Amino acid sequence: MHMQDVEISDLRRLTKVILDEYDYDFTNYAMSSFRRRIQRILELYKFGNVNMLIKRLKEDREFFDEFISEVTVNVTEMFRDPSFWRELRDHIIPNILLNHNTISIWHAGCSSGEEVFSMAILLREMKMLDKAKIIATDIDTSILDRARRGAYPIKNMDLNEKNYIRFQGSGKLSDYYKEENGKAMLDPSLVENVSWRQHDLVKGIVFNKFDLILCRNVMIYFNQNLQNEVLKKLHESLFKYGYLVIGSKESLIWCEIANKFIVVNNEEKIYKKIKD
Amino acid sequence: MGRFNVNNQYKAIVIGGSAGSFQGITKILSNLPDNFQLPIIMCLHRLKHVRNGFVEALSIKSIMEVTEPYDKQSVKRGKVYLAPANYHLSVELGQYFSLSTEEMVNNSRPSIDITLETCAYAYRQRLIGIILSGANKDGAMGMKRIKDRGGLTIAQDPAECMIDTMPKAAMALTEIDYTLKIEEIIQFLIELHKQYK
Ligand SMILES: C[S@@+](CC[C@H](N)C(=O)[O-])C[C@H]1O[C@@H](n2cnc3c(N)ncnc32)[C@H](O)[C@@H]1O
Repeated sequence: MHMQDVEISDLRRLTKVILDEYDYDFTNYAMSSFRRRIQRILELYKFGNVNMLIKRLKEDREFFDEFISEVTVNVTEMFRDPSFWRELRDHIIPNILLNHNTISIWHAGCSSGEEVFSMAILLREMKMLDKAKIIATDIDTSILDRARRGAYPIKNMDLNEKNYIRFQGSGKLSDYYKEENGKAMLDPSLVENVSWRQHDLVKGIVFNKFDLILCRNVMIYFNQNLQNEVLKKLHESLFKYGYLVIGSKESLIWCEIANKFIVVNNEEKIYKKIKD
Repeated sequence: MGRFNVNNQYKAIVIGGSAGSFQGITKILSNLPDNFQLPIIMCLHRLKHVRNGFVEALSIKSIMEVTEPYDKQSVKRGKVYLAPANYHLSVELGQYFSLSTEEMVNNSRPSIDITLETCAYAYRQRLIGIILSGANKDGAMGMKRIKDRGGLTIAQDPAECMIDTMPKAAMALTEIDYTLKIEEIIQFLIELHKQYK
């Protein structure tokens, strides 16, 4: 990595062009990772400097989808943080179902869908999948296409299996996929009721209310101002007493609306909305 | 005058280590002077999916508490921070942490280069970088960034390292101000501490 060539002033010009031309706002993304992403895009497309990237963005509207896809970080796993998934199965979901017959779930920033398939497997093992309404969104349309296909590189399944074992699922992860052409093809019936949609957490509207929102490892790419703004939207998208889950190394304690949540499980970063 | 030419311009210390560095790290942490002022930010290669245990193991012997920072937590004086498993750890310009799950760098997440480079960017000449024993080249580029931005660079003496690839890679890429054994690194930190009284 050679980071010295991308300066903050470059990033400012870039985010302004994107905002003006495409109405996406990256101004408040966390500087360090955003900068590395831009550096990476310059190398990938052999742009000598940020001006060349800006020029391409202005001239080639189709390139913007590629840009979004490269600027976002899509790294994910099935059953990431297995102890969180156990907590979800053993406490959170049973709790929600105490008062409701159905459960509505939003995966905000679902990336290639591993988290959504994990949820579907968990719910199927609880015999609750039919009762769940799941919406999975991401800003990146090409990663959503990949999520819809549910075909993952076989080499990733090693880690996914390990996580599933730590999650202590009732079967084997291989019960849920078959191998085809070096890919693990996840059972499509798991996600037949999932609605996959493109949605931008920064500029997008509040579109529904949910019992449970997972927004894990998404806001780490935002600065604190933006985290505050997005958290307000997530709060608004929850029913009262609904649950919000963030990544294991994120925290709500600094955010402006922290007092509208209580901590349900600090280790697993599970919060409950207690005030409108 | 002590052996080292140090002053109190520094605002943070960043340490990178990998295979064979654990003992050295614990030795350093257990011999820090009381009330050590500067934050110590550590990026050590570690088992990817073992979330707990490591920080506790380091804390047991350490004079100062060792914690894994949360995303956007501020860097505070007198604290020791450890990059969490499976996340890259960056320091932002306002001197707070950012975490990320980007692709591995040098086959590593956390990557030492990322932590060192972002610290170099945030602290410039006010940073001390220390690279310890390790089996790959991660951290070499980061040490160069520290040096290029006017910081102070220290490498563990390869003769003392269990695996000397990492300090040697750094020495090949950039100027290292001091090549020291762990004992001497401790002496250095003690002398540094005196500058802050
Ligand atoms: C690291 S992945 C997290 C995947 C999964 N939730 C997990 O924890 O493993 C982050 C995702 O957030 C998405 N993202 C980034 N900015 C976004 C935004 N403004 N709106 C919606 N999604 C966004 C990225 O496209 C990426 O797929």
